[in-house]
Amino acid sequence: MLHNLSIGELADLLAAKKISSVELTRHFLARIEAFNPELNALVTRTADLALDTAADADRRRAAGEAAPLLGIPLIHKDIFCTDGVRTSCGSRMLDNFIAPYDATVVERLKAVGAVMLGKANMDEFAMGSSNENSYYGPVKNPWDRSKVPGGSSGGSAAATAARLTPFATGTDTGGSIRQPAALTGITGIKPTYGRVSRYGMIAFASSLDQAGVLARSAADAAIVLQAMAGFDPKDSTSVDAPVPDYRAGLNLPLEGLKIGLLKEFFVGLEARNTALIEDALRVYRSLGAKTVDVSLPHLPLSVPTYYVVAPAECSSNLSRFDGVRFGYRCEQPKDLMDLYQRSRGEGFGAEVKRRIMTGTYVLSAGYFDAYYLKAQKVRQLITDEFRAAFGKVDLLLGPTTPTPAFGIGAKIDDPVTMYLNDIYTIGANLAGLPGLSMPCGFIDELPMGLQLIGPHFSEERILGAAHRFQQVTDWHRHCPRGYE
Amino acid sequence: MMSDWEVVIGLEIHAQLATKSKIFSGAATAYGAAPNSQACLVDLAYPGVLPVLNAEAVRMAVKFGLSIGAVIAARSIFARKNYFYPDLPKGYQISQFEDPVVKRGSLSIVLDDGSVKTVGVTRAHLEEDAGKSLHEGLANASGIDLNRAGTPLLEIVSEPDMRSAKEAVAYMKKVHTLVRYLEICDGNMQEGSFRCDANVSVRPRGREKFGTRAEIKNLNSFRFVEKAIQYEVARQIELLESGGTVIQETRLYDSDKHETRSMRSKEEANDYRYFPDPDLLPLEIDAEFIEQVRATLPELPDEKASRFAAQFGLSAYDAGVLSASRELGAYFEAVVAAAGAAHAKLAANWVMGEMSSALNRDNLDITGSRVAPQALAGLLARIVDETISGKIAKDVFEAMWSDGSDADAIIAAKGLKQITDIGAIDAVIDTVMAANPKQLADYRAGKDKLFGFFVGQVMKATQGKANPAQLNELLKLKLGGGA
Repeated sequence: MLHNLSIGELADLLAAKKISSVELTRHFLARIEAFNPELNALVTRTADLALDTAADADRRRAAGEAAPLLGIPLIHKDIFCTDGVRTSCGSRMLDNFIAPYDATVVERLKAVGAVMLGKANMDEFAMGSSNENSYYGPVKNPWDRSKVPGGSSGGSAAATAARLTPFATGTDTGGSIRQPAALTGITGIKPTYGRVSRYGMIAFASSLDQAGVLARSAADAAIVLQAMAGFDPKDSTSVDAPVPDYRAGLNLPLEGLKIGLLKEFFVGLEARNTALIEDALRVYRSLGAKTVDVSLPHLPLSVPTYYVVAPAECSSNLSRFDGVRFGYRCEQPKDLMDLYQRSRGEGFGAEVKRRIMTGTYVLSAGYFDAYYLKAQKVRQLITDEFRAAFGKVDLLLGPTTPTPAFGIGAKIDDPVTMYLNDIYTIGANLAGLPGLSMPCGFIDELPMGLQLIGPHFSEERILGAAHRFQQVTDWHRHCPRGYE
Repeated sequence: MMSDWEVVIGLEIHAQLATKSKIFSGAATAYGAAPNSQACLVDLAYPGVLPVLNAEAVRMAVKFGLSIGAVIAARSIFARKNYFYPDLPKGYQISQFEDPVVKRGSLSIVLDDGSVKTVGVTRAHLEEDAGKSLHEGLANASGIDLNRAGTPLLEIVSEPDMRSAKEAVAYMKKVHTLVRYLEICDGNMQEGSFRCDANVSVRPRGREKFGTRAEIKNLNSFRFVEKAIQYEVARQIELLESGGTVIQETRLYDSDKHETRSMRSKEEANDYRYFPDPDLLPLEIDAEFIEQVRATLPELPDEKASRFAAQFGLSAYDAGVLSASRELGAYFEAVVAAAGAAHAKLAANWVMGEMSSALNRDNLDITGSRVAPQALAGLLARIVDETISGKIAKDVFEAMWSDGSDADAIIAAKGLKQITDIGAIDAVIDTVMAANPKQLADYRAGKDKLFGFFVGQVMKATQGKANPAQLNELLKLKLGGGA
């Protein structure tokens, strides 16, 4: 079936004119129609727009154009602004917000002819690890619909895992691409901070946010990242460095590759999880890689560090949602203060408010040094320790999450336990490093992820290492039952 | 008593930088456009948009820093100043807090007694302006105009070095002159392009510790700065002398009532929760960039004034007046170039005298002068060669101003050429003496004052054209009974 094919295979069919983009788009729209009600992965469907774009892609192909994503459907996380299409960010605050412009990521994928099917559900303002914090209700994990798909890119992950789209965009501030990719059995990459433009991506924590890809293989992710990556003059933090040919890098040999095993990632790790990682390491050794033990002594501080830095930035980033110019405005405000208080009080959900309050607190006079400044110092230490580790190894390997997908509602009342879900992913965000998660086995019939972290701008190396693994294993080919 | 107290003043001047586009967006900065017509998505703080620093604003800040001998920071940081207000769309202002781009410079001002005082400039930093809230003409609502939001400002913070309202005004004028010289700010105070906050305190004379200060916000004319500070000083002294204490607060100056009023006290002050803006990289400035900017610096006001004094033998005061703006200095130099350096003093007197009053009368600045420098030099040449007297020259200047023709044409057309023919003057004197026998007798009897009367009569008879020096000499001789 079409929906099980890789992006490369679909592109070949399109190139050989065995199928049109309109047909392909119809196929995925029909799957969305059939499965979205049970998954709640999309908050907006753009069927008419998608068919128009697909028809246009077919015309472009007929005129001789041949980009690898020309006519390939996708779903955008609803954090990316899309011109003329609602961009809700999973929040009541933006339930009525129609962006008047395209995010750079959207613009770039449009330019190469990718076809947007709709917009993916997500944790409100990307704050969450379970997709339960959405104004539009939780997303269900296609492997077990009583479980969460992870978050915050939970809709993107569930839709990709359930084959409602060949791929989806996502964003990762503390693990929001890698963790849901792990919990839904797909491949997700968070590039180096600055590799992909943040322009038009609604900010959560500006120094940590990075756009990336959720796909079903490293090879697919390479094709998509190629189209997304590159300098953007509209984002001062985007980096003006050449983008390598990620597809060409997929076949880089692994002989002599030094894989670092972070001591801190394995302390207290559940035996079944450890066993999956050891299986993966055997595969890598068989491909010629070596393993080296390394330690990042300050890494265990990454969760508390993150939960100071990210809320601090979000408390300021979300100030613009004040009911004055766009978004939710309360009924009949009696004065300015009432307008602010009720618009924000009614427009934001509980987790967003919790983080705004935490962030406001850590930036306040008298607490700034003890929290924000201290966290920045720890962040620097962690970054330095990663740098030192990459003096010894090429990549770091470890688990993506401590456990497989948990039940919807199981952790929602315990934010701290929820936050600990990101314990293995946050470090890469604090240090701005690229990270990838790919499936490496199952626990209790739920998929588990393996994480690769590399030095800055090592996406090519990471994608290559993941691809070689996927050439000799088939974890990434498993499909949740009912979505084959 | 006033004299028992010492006044301490520091100013924070906000100069709007004359860039074409805003500091973090591509929207235009022109003044007076229809509300919100110059606010793009970045200025409106739409979800997802990001700031990009305007390099021209940085160049202007560096230019200012170099002109006051300040340190240009190799690395400075943009920070967010967080507070909610409808005309602040992001809910924070991007400014520089701990690490400004310009640090530790100084300026000198001339005091009333002619002495020169150095005023320290603590720092100058880049920041964005907010929009405006509009309340007039709207029923039960406030309007928000975001055209000004994101306009680049250079906030220039002085040391608390000024000791009177007059010094504060002199400093502010100096900065005003400088930013216009550098062409980094149009200096238009009515449009708010140049405004200041004044920090004012008083302390018993001789005490080292500063008194508690009040900050008077948003003063947009030199006169208001002077009046507001004077009022505030008097208020604080009166308060202290009656046993009260000054509280640290922000005050507003009411220019209608000439008083300052409390806006908010320190206790009510916002906690701005400054932190580095993660959307902007640290601003890094290298030596090469600084040298490039330095090469574009014009001759600065102080340099020009010293040169005028040295080169043309002008007094410090005259040199200062003539270098108050680049345009005035250029006009003066063009007059001197045409008239010859030997007549620079005469040129200075005319530019500061007749020219300046004509400009004031018609509410023009020097660029709008109706008499070109070469034309003024042409008039001066006729004074120098004694074709006309200085007094007649004033009439000729007025004619030049109103009809634009040159001095020679006016002198010829109106027959204003000075009478330097001794015989002709002699004949007129004879007529005048004959017509006024009583005055002549009185004069000869010792009433010396009547000399002026006779000068006047001769001038009247010659329509002012008699050469004054020749007339004086001849008249003295003849009234005294000589030839």
